Amino acid sequence: MKIEDFSRRDFLKSSGALIVSFSVAGITDPLGLAPGSASAQGLNGPGSAGLDSWIAIGADGRVTAYTGKCELGHGLYTAQMQLIAEELSVPFNRVTLVQCDTSRTPDQGTTSGAQSHPTNFNKSNLALAGATAREALVQLAAARLGAPADQLAVKDGVVSVKSDPSKSVAYGDLIGGRTFNIPLNTNARRKDSREWLVLGKPVPRVDIPAMATGQFEYVQNVRVPGMLHGRVVRPPAVGATLMSVDESSVKGVPGLVKVVVRQNFVGVVAEKPWQAMQAAGKLKVSWTPGSGLPSQESFHEYLRNHQQTRDTLAVNSKDVEEKLAGAAMVVKATYRYPYQMHASVGSACAVADVQPDKATIWSATQAVYPLRSTAAMVLGLEPQNVRVIFKMGAGCYGVNGADTVSYDAALLSHAVGKPVRVQLARKDEMAWENYGLAYVIDQRVGLNADGSILTWDHESWSPNLGGRPGANSPGNVVTGFLIGFQPAAFAARTPAPEPVNFGNGNNAVPSYVTGTVGGRSGGTGTVTSQRVLTHDVPSPFFTGPLRSPSRLQNTFAHESFMDEIAAHVKADPVAYRLRHLSDRRLMAVVQAAAKAASWEARPSPRAGNRRTGVAAGSGIASVLYEGDNGYCAMVADVDVDQGTGRVVVKRLFIANDCGPISNPDGLRNQLEGGALHGVSRALSEEVTWDDQKVTAIDWRTYRPLFVGGDVPAIETVLINQTEGPAMGAGETAVTVVSAALGNAIFNATGARIRQIPFTPERVKAALGLRQ
Amino acid sequence: MSITLKVNGRSHTVDVDPATPLLYVLSDDLALNGPKFGCGLGQCGCCTVIARGQALRSCVTPVSSVAGADITTLEGLGTVEKPHPIQQAFIDEQAMQCGFCVNGVIMTAKALLDRTPKASEPEIRQAMSDVLCRCHAHTRMLRAIKRYADGR
Repeated sequence: MKIEDFSRRDFLKSSGALIVSFSVAGITDPLGLAPGSASAQGLNGPGSAGLDSWIAIGADGRVTAYTGKCELGHGLYTAQMQLIAEELSVPFNRVTLVQCDTSRTPDQGTTSGAQSHPTNFNKSNLALAGATAREALVQLAAARLGAPADQLAVKDGVVSVKSDPSKSVAYGDLIGGRTFNIPLNTNARRKDSREWLVLGKPVPRVDIPAMATGQFEYVQNVRVPGMLHGRVVRPPAVGATLMSVDESSVKGVPGLVKVVVRQNFVGVVAEKPWQAMQAAGKLKVSWTPGSGLPSQESFHEYLRNHQQTRDTLAVNSKDVEEKLAGAAMVVKATYRYPYQMHASVGSACAVADVQPDKATIWSATQAVYPLRSTAAMVLGLEPQNVRVIFKMGAGCYGVNGADTVSYDAALLSHAVGKPVRVQLARKDEMAWENYGLAYVIDQRVGLNADGSILTWDHESWSPNLGGRPGANSPGNVVTGFLIGFQPAAFAARTPAPEPVNFGNGNNAVPSYVTGTVGGRSGGTGTVTSQRVLTHDVPSPFFTGPLRSPSRLQNTFAHESFMDEIAAHVKADPVAYRLRHLSDRRLMAVVQAAAKAASWEARPSPRAGNRRTGVAAGSGIASVLYEGDNGYCAMVADVDVDQGTGRVVVKRLFIANDCGPISNPDGLRNQLEGGALHGVSRALSEEVTWDDQKVTAIDWRTYRPLFVGGDVPAIETVLINQTEGPAMGAGETAVTVVSAALGNAIFNATGARIRQIPFTPERVKAALGLRQ
Repeated sequence: MSITLKVNGRSHTVDVDPATPLLYVLSDDLALNGPKFGCGLGQCGCCTVIARGQALRSCVTPVSSVAGADITTLEGLGTVEKPHPIQQAFIDEQAMQCGFCVNGVIMTAKALLDRTPKASEPEIRQAMSDVLCRCHAHTRMLRAIKRYADGR
């Protein structure tokens, strides 16, 4: 019997109705996944066209909703409960939410990319299901009460006749325990945000009390009867392959159950976690030497000079060289960004129970359905016989070790025929995770005689290998690769084809150009002469999306460069930005951040600052995230110790506009956390390596911002747009920090630093280069 | 080897290798969820418990070294229904995101404030200087600690 049958039958017995109906054909339009829209960027699954897959109403009137977008620490679980309470007009505490379980919830692909708010809070998917259900219930009530639907009111899950409230019927009496048997109705009316009673309010998160008291069950706390503990033994160097495993080296280790080897994958299983660690440490494994790594010192030049590249043009007005040649002044700069890691505070963990014909995996994956497909490939099972149940782990910020450790647990459980829990050693996660991209970015502008920008040219190089496994590439993460699956193939392409449609998902296109492709302008700026050329290069390390992937790196370069240009023409950086923008909402966040910071109009560097001791300065940066998914501007105030090169961030002012705000306190929490994540990444985080292996393998060798570190005061300004679509908010603030800090350092000292992180050594070097 | 531990006021006798770090006994043998494995190196704080009045990193503490000592874990402070005031302060300030690290943040701050009730802000920051939160809820956490300290 298939696993799904078990769970569905059990569920029907226990709590009302659920039919997961996945009729894929013809649902693209009804779900509103229009090509090119934010929710169609490949991160979403097909969802479901049937209302019963999303909403079930019990006989007691409780509403159970099923979502394919999971809580990652960003408050989405509570916000989705608010959404359902709002759309169905039921009290918040009468909503139950079931998230991300391949036997119970719709396939919504991956929870990532700041896409959950746009995907589930607009006019499709979960929000549309809520609206469809409310209207269907009102229709049922109209028949029951003998009154037209427009004469009915809904409150607290009870439908009543407006003129005679004594005539009423509760949801539970209308449909409790039965199914709707209707599709999502694209004409169902979502409530106007001005009518909201639950959504839009700072509802406290429902999971925090359990977290604060040690009661919350993370994936790390999943305990299955008969569960054993696994530990992996990763290769000692990049490119090393397995020669031999000496099982006699662990003979007699207490509790050892099995040594597991499959191609280059090596692991041990024991009765207790400590026993597994002992066995893994003692196991004698021989590996070939690694394949060697390019020098870190010259890595950015290695990228730039790589022969094999995949080239893409985002915009190309084909007049850039001509305009540069005729410009009154040309400004150039090169920016460098390191590999960085997700470096979750808790190392990745999964529990797998693999039996001969089926498997269950408890995982903190962002992608239960894609993981089901790839775990099935790893195990040689049919996907429908694999069940993946999401259990929250430590915050991931992108594709951390959650998927790879799920394969680890599955492989070890498969080998011993019993449930196995694996939590990675810190070094095993840090040395082998999918790093955020390094970048080298060349910027050039030509200026008019009046100081305005005539033409903007951007060219970048960044390394890629692997990424999210998706539905069919387990080799995109280390464990899949070790057992013989290949990462997605690198497809070189030179020259780049001319752009066909404008898209700015990576923020490769600066905010200040028109983004004109095929006669249509999708950008936010006024500069018409523009070229943006990017080169993907094969990476020696696995890479993958890390909070604001590429958007952060590109925004660092664009927003630092804009500040440099303004300084060249002695213009105020705020006024100079506004002069080149056309998008009113982007201008509004710039102005709001400047106002909150009491910004004084001036060119940089700040007049009167001394060249010794501590110098204070402020800088601004802004972004329209992914070109269409959230506006943010930040002003940073910093102190720079010109003796030591140490940068201390004193204050951050953030203005954000992500459409109608679903939960203002949740939004603030995201903006504050994103801002400090950005500070940590800008000032200290960098993956390091030698000629064989990664050397950033713990919190001494990969330096983050600790809770007691130099933590600035943060002020947030929320711009609530009651009209228009909900946008992402989890990745806006992190995107603008590095440029805001670099611009503030320049304002304070006159030294421009074009390489992240801004370590004291780099700051001192830049100070030494001042004229 | 049989070792008796006093955890959250109750005695437990476990049969383990005496070199086993306390964390694994708490999370595996005693099935507690509060202390967590973050790094296994004593660098991040996720595994913190309070023993003999001190914040202790249980991932690098052999279980034999705390036999007989009073050990308090996060679940020993309060419950969802009746949180300890420091837990309540973190709930009131919504001072976490994924919440994985909050065990280390709360237990480290509690040990400091038990010992130094009038701890200054620099003292609090010093105590938290090797406690890690990767969601970067730092400002709310520091505010929650202050709220608890001021409210006593």
